[in-house]
Amino acid sequence: MRSLDEPLIETRKLSKYFGSVIAIKDISMFVHPGTVTCLLGDNGAGKSTLIKTLSGVYEPSEGEYLCDGEEMHLKSPRDALARGIATVYQDLAMIPLLSIWRNFFLGSEPTKGWGPWRRFDVKRAKEITREELGKMGIDIRDPEQAVGTLSGGERQSLAIARAVYFGARVLILDEPTAALGVKQAGVVLRYIVKAKQRGVAVVFITHNPHHAYPVGDHFVILRRGHVFGDFAKDEVSLEQLVQMMAGGAELDTLTHELERVAADDPELRKAVEELAQEAKSVATPEAANGGGEASPED
Amino acid sequence: MATTVTEPTAAPEDERVRRVGVLSKVLGRPELGAIAGFIVVWVFFAIVAGQNNFVGMATTASILNRAAPLGILAVAVALLMIAGEFDLSIGSILGFSGMAIMIGVTPVDAGGFGWSLMLAVLVALVLALVTGFVNGWLVVTTKLPSFIITLGTLFVFRGLTIAVTRLRTNRTQLGNLDEVPGFHLFETWFGKQFEFIGARFSISILWWVVFTAIATWILVRTRSGNWIFGTGGAPDAARAVGVPVRRVKIALFLTTAFAAFFVAMSQAIEFTGADTLRGTRKEFEAIIAAVVGGCLLTGGYGSAIGAALGALIFAMVQQGIVITGIDGDWYQVFIGAVLLAAVIFNNFVRRKAASL
Repeated sequence: MRSLDEPLIETRKLSKYFGSVIAIKDISMFVHPGTVTCLLGDNGAGKSTLIKTLSGVYEPSEGEYLCDGEEMHLKSPRDALARGIATVYQDLAMIPLLSIWRNFFLGSEPTKGWGPWRRFDVKRAKEITREELGKMGIDIRDPEQAVGTLSGGERQSLAIARAVYFGARVLILDEPTAALGVKQAGVVLRYIVKAKQRGVAVVFITHNPHHAYPVGDHFVILRRGHVFGDFAKDEVSLEQLVQMMAGGAELDTLTHELERVAADDPELRKAVEELAQEAKSVATPEAANGGGEASPED
Repeated sequence: MATTVTEPTAAPEDERVRRVGVLSKVLGRPELGAIAGFIVVWVFFAIVAGQNNFVGMATTASILNRAAPLGILAVAVALLMIAGEFDLSIGSILGFSGMAIMIGVTPVDAGGFGWSLMLAVLVALVLALVTGFVNGWLVVTTKLPSFIITLGTLFVFRGLTIAVTRLRTNRTQLGNLDEVPGFHLFETWFGKQFEFIGARFSISILWWVVFTAIATWILVRTRSGNWIFGTGGAPDAARAVGVPVRRVKIALFLTTAFAAFFVAMSQAIEFTGADTLRGTRKEFEAIIAAVVGGCLLTGGYGSAIGAALGALIFAMVQQGIVITGIDGDWYQVFIGAVLLAAVIFNNFVRRKAASL
């Protein structure tokens, strides 16, 4: 067994250019087994490019990408999968018209019999699907149900359960909570914690610090293609994360705008006051300091 | 703003998952519309053409004999449509394969090759598979819609059939297959008719049932079947989980080409000859049968049994119109209208099922 202290995957000064465009530059980060690393960044921060590089869709232009301490050169997502690096994309996860169990095993169907009688072991597939989803805390009544009838959160959870079952050691989740409501996002966050407890190294990409903070052990903040900050959970507070994501000035502007809109809605006003409080508290020198430093891990 | 989600929310018991009843499950089957359509059409003709012996062994045999070749094509087309592709060229491949067999067995002095039937059939099979491969390969490499690709090959294969046949034999029809060595063996397997309660049933019906059973088995009980559904349902998602989407598609174009070859061979043996125009419009009939049988035009959904039933409905309408004694000029109008009605009804049932 590898020790939990050694990173499962690590990048060293990873860069990716598209012609003259620098999508990501000098990204250094590491992911340990049984931890959740959150990649935070606003739109255009380079999150998509980074995960596509991690999952084998893009080859990095510069820098090293290591798995189990060895440098690797992934040519395709299949290469990444073979090393146990699985990616669950927001939209590219499931086939809506197919039943849950057929989706679960699509591409890796268990078979029985031989020669022309080799067939899809339907009974086992249904059993395993029910069992595995149960382990992740998803209670499905009927594995025959079409995936299209599941909610967005359930679909994401199903995709995560599937990746974990098929031996993912590293699970890259691309904005799994982005299109979801608060409650559904909660469901997905719970499965992220479950996957972590099973020893999986989770890379959780999001632009929502409120989703990242409760489940994350480690936060990497991307801004304009660079690592803007890299913190363990005890080094940073939710408020600081929010601040670093948006920037204090922008948050102030937002507060003012909202104040105008919320003038005659007491509930909304209360929320705006909280927001203003938050903006004020993160604008302290200490927080600004923490955010301004380069990535502390190199 | 402070919507921290530290506490995991409660179990998703109030997510939108409903208990579905047995009725709704039955209605959710793709074949259901075809079964209902079958009953409606049968009852319609039983009433309208009742006094013309629509209900009887002779008519039933005629319907089944008509339905069998179309059904064999429709089942293959259904598999391809579930994988999200069309094959408009099967009618042309049918004509092409039939002519290939006939040119193969025709004596050398008449422009043929003078082969035994066995050799001619094998060569025709290989050629048909080549046409299927050309279709599949073009579709997966160009990534153009198969509708356009196979619309092109529809003309190419038909044109080749006509041109080559005329060039070699100076004719458009070739016959006398029954004088070729090996004919009787083939007739036993593919051309026989059986007497049963006073009516003659073609052995093609048996092949139709066998192919439907094999296709159903592949679809619902093998990994290839799962791949076919995945390929049609969401190709990118399927590819991302390791389904060899391109291979699946090419294999299915080979399957439709094989079905066209099989029907061509059976018909050449049954009619002891072939015509360069044989199979014209069969591509549309097969697609109609598959759609009536519950296949979605967008892929990812459908059934082989449904397609077989679709072919049966088609043949029932054809035969019903013939024996009702309606002027032949109106035939196409009826076929089109009845099939539209069947599709609309089928669609209605499916929506109803989905909303139950």
